[in-house]
Amino acid sequence: MPKVKVKRKSTWVDMTAMCDVAFLLLTFFMLTSNFTAKEAIQVDTPSSISEIKIPEVNIMKIVVDKEGKVFFGIDGQEKRISLLEKIGEAYKLDFTAEEKHQFSLVTSFGIPVEKMKAFLSLSSSDRDSKENALGIPSDSLNNQFKDWVKAARQVNPDLKIAIKADQSTPYPKIKNVMNTLQELDENRYNLITSLEEAPENL
Amino acid sequence: MAEVNTEGKGGKQKGKSKKMSTRVDFTPMVDLGFLLITFFMLTTTMLKPQTMEISMPSKDKVTEEEQTKIKASKAITIILGKDNKVYYYFGTRENNIDPKVEATNFSNDGIRKVLLMRNAEVMQKIAELKNQKAQNKIKEEDFKKKTSEARSDKTAPVILIKATDESSYRNLVDILDEMQICNIGRFAIVDITPYDLDLVKKSNI
Repeated sequence: MPKVKVKRKSTWVDMTAMCDVAFLLLTFFMLTSNFTAKEAIQVDTPSSISEIKIPEVNIMKIVVDKEGKVFFGIDGQEKRISLLEKIGEAYKLDFTAEEKHQFSLVTSFGIPVEKMKAFLSLSSSDRDSKENALGIPSDSLNNQFKDWVKAARQVNPDLKIAIKADQSTPYPKIKNVMNTLQELDENRYNLITSLEEAPENL
Repeated sequence: MAEVNTEGKGGKQKGKSKKMSTRVDFTPMVDLGFLLITFFMLTTTMLKPQTMEISMPSKDKVTEEEQTKIKASKAITIILGKDNKVYYYFGTRENNIDPKVEATNFSNDGIRKVLLMRNAEVMQKIAELKNQKAQNKIKEEDFKKKTSEARSDKTAPVILIKATDESSYRNLVDILDEMQICNIGRFAIVDITPYDLDLVKKSNI
């Protein structure tokens, strides 16, 4: 019997189609994405049935963590720089151009003004460490938080206030934040929540 | 990569000018593509966070005449206690008799039931409006206008939310949520008074 010659088939796979798919998806994700802004602290927000979406620009974000530590951030790099200048004036601190630039890259921070200079000299990865999550002093004796809000309002009058707090934050801490805002005649807030399904048959 | 050499023999075949294949190996490109996809998938937020809009009363001193008086019979006071408990009472102190404080919770049969019962008229109106909208009898704008009118109706109950220091932020959001579910247009977050705390303590529930 003659040997049956098995014809070896090429195992070459045409990757062109797969490549097309991959880049199609890539394009989709690139166009639809908006990056998660880095926050100084992670909080677990309570859920609500509210379906109003938060606007993307002109937001003053106040984050309150479980222990009631207050973090603060506004959007817009130029706005951040003028915010730091305003605070520098109020606290008689002189920030260098480099510090201002660094501050413009910080989306959210919780650091007393006295330590701001040291904070800004750190590398961006060191800034996220636990030691730097001190919270902005917001008690009645040393209410730096109030000054930040006031300065931010002067910098950008269109700012909307968004409060993001952990669900287990004790109410007095929130009340303190709200009272501070009320003292500054800021009476409309957005409470950031996660979505929960509305009960039916109502 | 995606090709296994099947030519076998190896080595160059002399003489014959080999035709160069014009095929390009796309495998690394696909790798790169998927790597970037993974990166974008992990860093994006597809859903924007939800928000709940509230307005607090301004701190400006309001004179006695300017204050909006509410009928005691329409007022419901809700007190947020510790361990997710909710206390409520209707009206206010009258003829030296303290209102009866009841305790409940945030479940479906809890405070929601009470509020729905009290707000039945408004709920009914809104249900009717929803019905009309479903049958395309009224426009979206009219529907919104009419629902907000129904909510802030003079006869609708007025809720005073008082949170004790033991309650958490979650309780506050939950109760604001109930306001929305039960279509309550008139409510306010008020500071708790010693009288309310005393009432809760006395009721012993």
